[in-house]
Amino acid sequence: MNVSYVNPFITSTLETFKTMLDVEVKPGVPHAKTEPLPTHDVSGIIGLSGGAQGSIAISFPKRLALQLVSKMLGMEVKVMGSDVTDGIGEIANIIAGNAKQHLNGLDLSISLPNVVVGKDHVLATQKSIPTLVVPFASDMGEFTMEVSLKTE
Amino acid sequence: MKLLLIDDSATMRRIQKTQLSNLGIGEVIEAGNGEEGLTVLADNMPVDLIMLDWNMPVMDGITFLKKVRENPSYKDVKIVMCTSESEKSRVLEALKAGANNYIVKPFTPEALKEKLGI
Repeated sequence: MNVSYVNPFITSTLETFKTMLDVEVKPGVPHAKTEPLPTHDVSGIIGLSGGAQGSIAISFPKRLALQLVSKMLGMEVKVMGSDVTDGIGEIANIIAGNAKQHLNGLDLSISLPNVVVGKDHVLATQKSIPTLVVPFASDMGEFTMEVSLKTE
Repeated sequence: MKLLLIDDSATMRRIQKTQLSNLGIGEVIEAGNGEEGLTVLADNMPVDLIMLDWNMPVMDGITFLKKVRENPSYKDVKIVMCTSESEKSRVLEALKAGANNYIVKPFTPEALKEKLGI
């Protein structure tokens, strides 16, 4: 994968968290994902198609997911229910949608979000599609983004 | 002012309803996709303003927009696209189809106020 394709997703994540949640996040060093390993507890996944195929997944520990959705809604959310899955899906949707404007050459379309909930679930992609993992840190906790993208 | 908010995310509708309430818009009706939006619009006319998401199941925002603009009964309804679709080509497509304005998520309450023209 051309690693420059990952930068718009990183920038979009920083901007989305700042504008939507008033949370400053710092990206870590991206690394290649060589085998499926357990991630966090909640993942928002967006499929990408068009001039490239793949997906982005943004994964949060349960505690951070609850905190973020509580912040979004302005009320405390304590249970992993539809508020959390809907909120995490919307965060993933906004990050993917905003990143697209910097990937104009690829003419990408994004899918509706899917959200997976389960402790230490594993995200697997097709072996032919390379995946980069980007760790993020914030005062509220850590999370990760996986960008899988195969260009023509 | 009566505003129709169309977005498949219940979370986003709740956030936007709070922002709209803070802007003094109390009468907000909702729909979860374009098809539902057409029904809610027909049942609640006159509607002054529609905030419209793009990517939704069943019927997406651009299809809804084109259908509304084909109907002369709705010629005075202002429509503001409110979406994460951020490319210039998408903005132009929506404006060409009859959107009055376009705002990219996430946005601040100040930006929303400006784009809604209120």
